[in-house]
Amino acid sequence: MDITNAEITNVFNFATTQAKAIVDLAYIHIGICLLFLVTVVGLTAYAVLKFRHREGDPEPEQHEGNLKLEIIWTVIPTLIFAYLGVLTGLVMYQVNPPVRSRQPDLIVTGHQFWWEYKYPKTGLVTANEFFIPVNADLLFEIRGADVIHSFWVPCFGQKMDGIPGHPNKLFLKPIKKGIFLGQCAEYCGDQHGLMRIIANVVEPKDFEKWQQSQLKVPAAPNDEAAKHGQELFMSRTCVQCHAIAGTAATARVAPDLTHLADRKSIGAGVIANNLENLSQWIKDPQKFKPGCYMPKMMLTEREAHDIAYYLENLK
Amino acid sequence: MTDSLHHHKVSNWLAEVPEYQGLWSWITSIDHKQIGIMYILSGIFFFVIAVGLGLTMKLQLCVPMNHMLTQSTYNQIFTMHGTTMVFLVGMPLIFGTGVYLTPLMIGARDMAFPRLNAFGFWVFLFGAIFLYFSFLGGGAPSGGWFSYVPLTSKAYSSGTGIDYWALSLFVTGIGSVATGVNLIVTILGLRAPGMTLQRVPLFVWMMLFTAILTVLALPALNAVIVMLEFDRFMSTHFFETASGGSALLYQNYFWFFGHSEVYILILPAFGWVTETIPVFSRKALYGAGFVSASTVAIGFLSFGVWIHHMFTTGLSFAVLYIFSLSSLIIAVPTGIKVWTWIATMWGGTIKLTTSMLYSIAFIIQFTIGGLGGITFAVIPLDWQLTDSYFVVAHLHYVLVGGFLFAFISGVYYWYPKVTGRMLSETLGKIHFWIMVVGFNGTFFVMHFLGLYGMPRRVWTYPHGMPVLASLNMISCIFAFVLAASILIFAFNLVYSFLKGKIAGDNPWEAWTLEWATTSPPHPENFERLPPVHSRRPLWDLTHDVGENGSESGDMKAGEQKA
Repeated sequence: MDITNAEITNVFNFATTQAKAIVDLAYIHIGICLLFLVTVVGLTAYAVLKFRHREGDPEPEQHEGNLKLEIIWTVIPTLIFAYLGVLTGLVMYQVNPPVRSRQPDLIVTGHQFWWEYKYPKTGLVTANEFFIPVNADLLFEIRGADVIHSFWVPCFGQKMDGIPGHPNKLFLKPIKKGIFLGQCAEYCGDQHGLMRIIANVVEPKDFEKWQQSQLKVPAAPNDEAAKHGQELFMSRTCVQCHAIAGTAATARVAPDLTHLADRKSIGAGVIANNLENLSQWIKDPQKFKPGCYMPKMMLTEREAHDIAYYLENLK
Repeated sequence: MTDSLHHHKVSNWLAEVPEYQGLWSWITSIDHKQIGIMYILSGIFFFVIAVGLGLTMKLQLCVPMNHMLTQSTYNQIFTMHGTTMVFLVGMPLIFGTGVYLTPLMIGARDMAFPRLNAFGFWVFLFGAIFLYFSFLGGGAPSGGWFSYVPLTSKAYSSGTGIDYWALSLFVTGIGSVATGVNLIVTILGLRAPGMTLQRVPLFVWMMLFTAILTVLALPALNAVIVMLEFDRFMSTHFFETASGGSALLYQNYFWFFGHSEVYILILPAFGWVTETIPVFSRKALYGAGFVSASTVAIGFLSFGVWIHHMFTTGLSFAVLYIFSLSSLIIAVPTGIKVWTWIATMWGGTIKLTTSMLYSIAFIIQFTIGGLGGITFAVIPLDWQLTDSYFVVAHLHYVLVGGFLFAFISGVYYWYPKVTGRMLSETLGKIHFWIMVVGFNGTFFVMHFLGLYGMPRRVWTYPHGMPVLASLNMISCIFAFVLAASILIFAFNLVYSFLKGKIAGDNPWEAWTLEWATTSPPHPENFERLPPVHSRRPLWDLTHDVGENGSESGDMKAGEQKA
C-alpha cells in the first residue's frame, strides 16, 4: 500500500534524538571515509598516469621499502581509527545508555509476519501501527515471539533484534511529529518483505486521546449485517486466533482486532484499510500476502462482507 | 628474458601433455595442476549458476510489488545465491589457485599429500552437487546462507532444504579442511632449496594464512551444523529457547566461522594482486616485510571480530565496544596492503595489461568496500545500516570488486602458464571496461537503497517509497551489463584456449618460480630449478649478470645471499 503522507524514509531524516546523534556521527565518518578514498584514488590515478610504461623506458629503480614511510602509513590510520573508536563509544552510550531497573513504555513483539504493540502501563494491545507522544523519553522492549525479527524505523535510528527468549531494550525520544515507516530487518521467513511498521508520533494530548479511544470496549453491534458478521466471527475459525475486547474472542495468536477500523492498513502494511479491501482480505488473505498464517477462509462474498462490516464498525 | 631453461614450443596443449589425455586421467588424477584446474572449472561452473540466480533476483526487484517470483521462490534463490557464491565459487577458486600455484611457486614437485588433495576436491564436488539436489528433493533451502535458528528449526522450516544445506556444507567443509592441512604442510615442508619463509612469494604466504584460517574456522561451522541437525532430527535443544537453549549460540558459532571466512576469501585475493602489481610495475614489492606481517595480523585479528555481525542482538556495552575496536583495528593491516600496492606502482613503469587494469580497479573498489566495512565497526552506524542494502553493497564491493576482480586479474596473468596460450588483450580490455561500468552501476546504488530504508532479503517492496523503484531499476539494468561482460570473459577463455597466441615460458618477464618452467608446466613441474637467493629468483638470474646495470636490485639480492 501507498502511504503518501508519511515522512520520507531515510537514515538522515532523523526524528529522534538518538537518530540525530547517529546522523551527526555519520557526517564525521563520511568525512573520514572520503579523505581515505580521495587519497587512495588520487595516488593510484597519479601513479598510473605518471608512471605508465612507454616504449624505451629504462628499467625502474628498485625500492624495497622505506621503514619511516611504512610506519607513518601504519600509525596515521591507527590514530584516525582510534578517534573513530572514541566517538563510537560516546555515541553508543548516548543512544543506548544502561537501562537499569526501568520498565518499558512500549513492548514490541515481532511475529511471523506482523507486529504486536503493548503499552504495559495501560494494558493496551494493538497491532502493526502504534502511536507515541513527541518529546517523551521512551523505553521500548523488543521481543520475538517465534523466530528472530528486527524492529527498524530508519528515521528513529537504531534497529534492534527481537530474539525469542532474549528481550532487548531500546531508547527512543521522538522530536518530530508525523508518520514514519519501518520494516522488519531480520530475515524471518516467507513474508519478511511485507512485515511493515507504521509509527505515528503525535502531541502528548493527542496520544492520550488515542490511547483512551483504543482502550474503550466497543459497543455490541446493533444493525443486522454487523450482528451477522459478529456471529460468523465467533462461530468460524476467526475467534481461535484473534481477540476483540468485550467479546469471547481473546486469542493472541494473530493481531488484536478491537480497533481495526482506526488502522491505515491491513496485513502489516500490505493494503489500505477500507471495507472493500477488508472483505477481500478476509475471503483470501493469501492473495495479498502469500505465506501469511491466515488461511483462505472459504466464505461467501456476503459472509466476508458482513465480517468486514462488523470489524469496520467496532467503535 | 630469463635464460633459456627450456626451449619448449607448444602448439596444442592437450597433445603436448600425454599424461593429461582422456577423462579418466582427470578423474583418477593426483596431479596438483589437474586438481587445481578442476577446482577452478567447478568454481566457474557454479559461478555461472549463481550469477543466473543473482540476475533473477534483480529482475524480481526491478519494479515494486512484482509477482514474477513468489516470495518463497525468491527466498530459495537468495539463499542459494549466497551459499553458492561463498562455498561453491569462492572456496574452489581459492583452493584451485592455491593447489595449482603453490607447488610451482615454491619449486615443489606436487602437494605434500597428493591423494588427500584429490580427496579434498572430490569431496567438495560431491557436497556441491548435493546442495543442488535439494531442488529435486522438495525445495531448495530458504534460510539464507547463514541459516539462523529458530527460523531453520523443524518448527519453522519443515522441508528438507535446510538439511541439504547443512549436509552439503558439512561435506564441503571436510574437503576444505583437508586441502587446508595439505597447503600448510606443502608450504612449510616442500620449499625449494634456498627458499626460506621470508622468500616465498607473497601469494604463497597469504595462502598459508588462508589455509590456517580454514583449518581453524571451518570446524566451527561443522560443529554448528551438527548441532542444528541434532536439533532438527534428534530433538536436542542446543538452540531452542523454550527448553533452555540459545538462539544466539548459533550466531556465535556461525560468525566465528563466518567472519574468518571473509578473510579466507580475501587473503588469496590480496595474494593475486600482490603478485601482479610488482610484475607489471617492473618493481619489487614495496615493504614486503610489512605486507607479510600485516597478513599475520589479519589472520589473528580475524578471529576477534565476529560479533560485528551481531551488533543489534542486544549484547552488553562492553562486548559490543571491544568488538567495535577490534573491527576498527583490523582495518590497519588491511590498509597497509593498499598503501603498499600504490607505493609499488610509484616510480615503476606500469604496463597496463588487462591483468594490471583489474588489479588497479581492485585497489579502488576494494577500498570502497573496506570503507563501507569500517562503517559497521562504528557501532551506532551499524545499528542503522546492518541488514539493509548498504550491507549488500559493501559485501559485493569486497567480494566482486575485490575478490572477483583480483581473481580475474590472476586469470589474465596465469592463464598463459596454465594453458600455454595468451588470453586476447583486445577482448580483455573490452571485458574490463564493460565489467567496471556494470559492476559499479549494479552495486554502488545499493548503498543508497540501504540509506533509504530498504532491508536485505526482501522479495519485494511497496509502491510509493521514495527512490527505491528507480534505484532498483538502475541496479537491475547494470546487472545485465555486468553479466554481458562475464560472457565476453567466458568467450575469451574458450577462444584463446583454441586460438590464442603461444605464450612461451615467461611472457610477462615475471620472477617467481612458476615462470621458470614450460607453459603449460610439465607433469613433473621442473626439469631443474634456478637458485633461490631472494623473493625474485628469475629476476636475479638476469640481474646478477648486470644486464641492465640495475644496481639496487642486485645489491639487495647480494645482501640476502650474504
